[in-house]
Amino acid sequence: MYYRLEISARPEETDPRGEHLLHQAREFLHVPVEAARTRDVFSLEVDCTRPQAEAILAAFTNPVIQTGVVGESPVETFQFDWLVVVGFRPGVTDNVARSARSAAADILGRPLREDEQIFTSVEYLLQGKELDRDRVLRLARGLLANDLIQNVTVLTRAECEAGGIPANRPVVKNDTPPQIRTVNLEVADSELQRISRDGVLALTLEEMKAIQAHFREQAPRRRQLGLPECPTDGELEIIAQTWSEHCKHKIFAARVTYTDEQGRVQEIDNCFKTFIQASTKAISKRVDWLVSVFSDNAGVIRFNDTIDLVYKVETHNSPTALDPYGGSMTGIVGVNRDPMGTGMGAELLLNVWGYCFGSPFTAAADVPAGLFHPRRLRDQVHKGVIDGGNQSGIPYALGWEYYDPRYLGKPLVYCGTVGTLPRLVGGAPSAEKSILPGDRIVMAGGRIGKDGIHGATFSSEELHSGSPSQAVQIGDPITQKILGDFLREARDLNLYRFITDNGAGGLSSSLGEMASLCGGGDLELGNAPLKYAGLQPWEIFLSEAQERMSLAVPPEKMDAFLALAKRRNVEATVLGNFTDSGFLHVTYRGQVLAHLSMEFLHDGLPQLHLQARWTPPRHAEPTIPADLDLGETVVKLLGRLNLCSHEFKARQYDHEVKGLSVIKPFVGANRNVLSDATVSMVEPLGRDGVILAGAVAPRYSDIDTYHMMTSVIDTAVRRVIAVGGQLGHIAGLDNFCWPDPVAGPKNPDGEYKMAQLIRANQALYDLTTAYDVPCISGKDSMKNDSTLGGRKISIPPTVLFSTIARMPDVSKAVTLDAKRYGDLVYVIGLTRRELGGSEFFALLDATGNDVPKVDPVAALALYRAVGAATAAGLCHSLHTPALGGLGVAFAKIAIGGNLGLDLDLHKLPADPGLTAAERLFSESNSRFVATIAEENRDRFEALLAGLPAACIGHVTLPRKLVFRDGRHIVATATVDACQTAYTHTLDNI
Amino acid sequence: MSALRQDVRALVITGFGLNCERETAAAFTAAGAGADCVHLNDLLDGHASLRDYQILAFIGGFSFGDHIGAGTVFANRLRHRLREPLAEFVAAGRLVIGICNGFQTITRLGLVPALDDNWFHQEVALAQNAQGLFRDDWILLKANPASRCVFTQGIDLLPLPIRHGEGRLVPAPGVLDRLEQENLICLRYADPETGEPTQAFPHNPNGSVNAIAGICSPNGRVFGLMPHPEAYLSPFNHPHWTRQQLNGVLPEKGLGQRIFENAVTFARTELAG
Repeated sequence: MYYRLEISARPEETDPRGEHLLHQAREFLHVPVEAARTRDVFSLEVDCTRPQAEAILAAFTNPVIQTGVVGESPVETFQFDWLVVVGFRPGVTDNVARSARSAAADILGRPLREDEQIFTSVEYLLQGKELDRDRVLRLARGLLANDLIQNVTVLTRAECEAGGIPANRPVVKNDTPPQIRTVNLEVADSELQRISRDGVLALTLEEMKAIQAHFREQAPRRRQLGLPECPTDGELEIIAQTWSEHCKHKIFAARVTYTDEQGRVQEIDNCFKTFIQASTKAISKRVDWLVSVFSDNAGVIRFNDTIDLVYKVETHNSPTALDPYGGSMTGIVGVNRDPMGTGMGAELLLNVWGYCFGSPFTAAADVPAGLFHPRRLRDQVHKGVIDGGNQSGIPYALGWEYYDPRYLGKPLVYCGTVGTLPRLVGGAPSAEKSILPGDRIVMAGGRIGKDGIHGATFSSEELHSGSPSQAVQIGDPITQKILGDFLREARDLNLYRFITDNGAGGLSSSLGEMASLCGGGDLELGNAPLKYAGLQPWEIFLSEAQERMSLAVPPEKMDAFLALAKRRNVEATVLGNFTDSGFLHVTYRGQVLAHLSMEFLHDGLPQLHLQARWTPPRHAEPTIPADLDLGETVVKLLGRLNLCSHEFKARQYDHEVKGLSVIKPFVGANRNVLSDATVSMVEPLGRDGVILAGAVAPRYSDIDTYHMMTSVIDTAVRRVIAVGGQLGHIAGLDNFCWPDPVAGPKNPDGEYKMAQLIRANQALYDLTTAYDVPCISGKDSMKNDSTLGGRKISIPPTVLFSTIARMPDVSKAVTLDAKRYGDLVYVIGLTRRELGGSEFFALLDATGNDVPKVDPVAALALYRAVGAATAAGLCHSLHTPALGGLGVAFAKIAIGGNLGLDLDLHKLPADPGLTAAERLFSESNSRFVATIAEENRDRFEALLAGLPAACIGHVTLPRKLVFRDGRHIVATATVDACQTAYTHTLDNI
Repeated sequence: MSALRQDVRALVITGFGLNCERETAAAFTAAGAGADCVHLNDLLDGHASLRDYQILAFIGGFSFGDHIGAGTVFANRLRHRLREPLAEFVAAGRLVIGICNGFQTITRLGLVPALDDNWFHQEVALAQNAQGLFRDDWILLKANPASRCVFTQGIDLLPLPIRHGEGRLVPAPGVLDRLEQENLICLRYADPETGEPTQAFPHNPNGSVNAIAGICSPNGRVFGLMPHPEAYLSPFNHPHWTRQQLNGVLPEKGLGQRIFENAVTFARTELAG
């Protein structure tokens, strides 16, 4: 039977969703909506009586604030001119409907059958005399729905009166019978290229030829086994996925000929191994807390006697560009599965996020056709990560936003997760795991649909108008939470031997990698649970449907594993057995989909050869106006997108769940100043803490990626020191996002971009080894370009460097806000003429050339001294300047404390000859500002003896920044003006 | 973490997207009780029983994703599949605390306020925040000294974190007067300057009527609140602890512990054994 359940707010109650629509329609899209109400509709295709449908409605309706009706409200119940119905397209994940099924089953006293379905839709009732169909459609597409995943129906009031509202039944209809095809590779080169392009395989001609040669060579064996000589569609897809840039990191693994500015040539065989892995390997001889690096889904470091920490940061750029909400939610719940699949499975502790966008204030005309306006994109990205993180019950510990017009083409969405792994599970080290032939292949969690097919290959390409819509998924955090709770129980009962997640590439990737560990696997896809019928066998294997983990379960544990899964409402399916045959053997209802040599699959990929040529750019130097008002400039800088507070959005993320937060993302008397780093306990009431920090500096890349890289590493390290951390137990994560560095006709400056990549890696090696901050995990995303709307937009080379550090006693933590008037203000570290790529120069529309550099020897001495000061409890506040320089740093310290500062810039430790503007706005690395009690002056200065540090003033009660040159006041700014500028730009946006 | 040896036992129900079990159990343990985290399914299929506990905690989280309204699907399951044991539990005067999602669940279920001991009849709703957004912040609570609420005895002002999108309390017609008259409003959002109840954002984070943050049943034994006492167990949780430390006023333990200590002390003298 079909029933429509309609639920709306009582007329006297406000409708926040309607209010929000009204606000956005007026402020952002400029569509003249006068009033808006909304209602939720549940479409039931359920075998039940009308009284039962009414009981379901009653349970769904909150009687105090809502009303509901089975069927359709009479048109006269609501005042409206237009009705917009937004429902999901067939097959799109509908989380609300899934919960509705659970509730309906409780009411009916029986589980719903597969053929009984519930669909949800939202109906928007709009009033507005000036509305017409075009405007309503623009509102619907620009605000309410994403065409890729949702259906929009627009009806006038008269149409509703005449014909009613069409039933919402987005049933997946697919009559194509499952079929395994073969692909003939014995064809001309141009045809090979066409096969790759049309199939979204993202394979080069050289790679296609390697596959051709392999199948030629395998022909006798395949004939003998009764297999077709040509590869099946499944085999080609599996190879394409395994060899994708996303999975194989071909550019980092390439052989590169690097020519520097003096024409010196260097051959680099594998950038990752040469620089990143080599650095960690060198450092591993000097530190004793590295447990597992680069080998598992996330890096593992020792934390204390009982716990190891696991950390992974990912990007999810391409899916987010297509579906910002679903893409970003998948970003966060997807990276959660990395710790869940590391070692024997970690528990999730903290999330981090960071985004690079075009300005939300971009004029609509400047957004290329086919791309989302960055303001809507930002709203949806935040919402996706908020919903994903909050519903998973994981607090966020770091969040940041960075803006540059070049992210208009491709936004960057970084999501990361820290997990805790007990050092021992069942008496064995839980960072280690194995698979034995004969172990069962098990998939647990969500079902398989068409979602996310070709995610791995598509994200290895630029964004173009043919980008596949199926490449996006919508996360389902609750299914994953239920799965995670179950897996922790199963882990502690020792019910499995190996676990990993299903991310890009789906089963093809997870089982392909698992099978390579024991030497083969034999599986039957006919057993795999599907969301709906009509998937081709290769699609089942490649689907990136979310919330699934793959496991190896010993045969003798199988019954207990499945029984526990059932008790926890988790779907777990046996798909086959691991073997040592040397082959991945996949069947669908007995027919062979793939029979692939593990060796070819994992080692058969030809190495790329790339050219890199470094020519240092020269930029114009700006003229700094002689009459520049420095106080006013501080205020202006504070309001800039890259420096201002994003507290409005950030407070929509839970950062207190688990009760572990010690230094929060926002600090100060009014809790509104972004902290340098955060400190969290690892268990309730514990004293051990974990510090998280990170940094990006994309504009420095415009001058030299070498110094961009040293700057972000230094910033991420000194931010740890700034909250009371110490050198010695700090690990790093590198996340590279690059424009396409492979030169070609469409990419004439590819060699320069490749040189930028090499230089960044050289810097990574140099500074991480100097600091003994090993990279334990990392990721690269290499094709961040867009050609939509006929305009090529490439991102600036962007590296997020994240740090994770151990803090033995959280009571030693420090915040950046000034705490007492009369305290002395110290600047520690040398200020140099380093304004290239700075926010100050950006304010003057310039880039300049003197990019901030790092002197590791000087920096280490400073970090040890400042660490000693925080360990002794001497710093009432401590902050490290970054973008915006000391000027912005002083303002944040004052805003945070509700106090003022009186400072003599002449006393600043600085290179000779710097103007006051240069002193205030240079972004030199490795500096701190500390406030201390007058009576501790001698102790503090003793710790800093011999270092560039000076007391330059004191904290004042009047809320004003006073900058002097000697006794002469050169500039002032009120803290009120600073705070307003800092909080206003993105408030309520 | 078995509660069997302790005289007072607290049951923390988990599963289906709830997520505050660890810190809630730690709160009861720190207060001297035994605490068991038990999956709802284990209660439904008889692996565990409410009868073994004096205190029942409905914790924070996103049960069933808060789809169809916070607490709705979880409350529906309890109503259909755990009603008798729950009725017996509250009728025996045992203690129930519902925090955030747990509060939303027990209002939907009609366990609080349950005027005239009319259990399983919904009388208040927790509607979307007036700002329409989820919010994470610290707020100040003012306790009602005249309330019989077991959990808030002896508390005057209490800072706690809030983190919810649906916390605006809306009473059914006639209910607000009863809540006020019978002193069932035990916690209100307060202005940090004056310590008095406030409707002003952000101190009242959701626009709740009469600044209501927490209410209890007429006998004071079923208690629901939107803020999270289990997230202020450590003194280092407070956003201004570095200032408190500098000024010599850092408390020895997190002030949220008091809520759980009150419950355990009461259960020990009135309910255990």
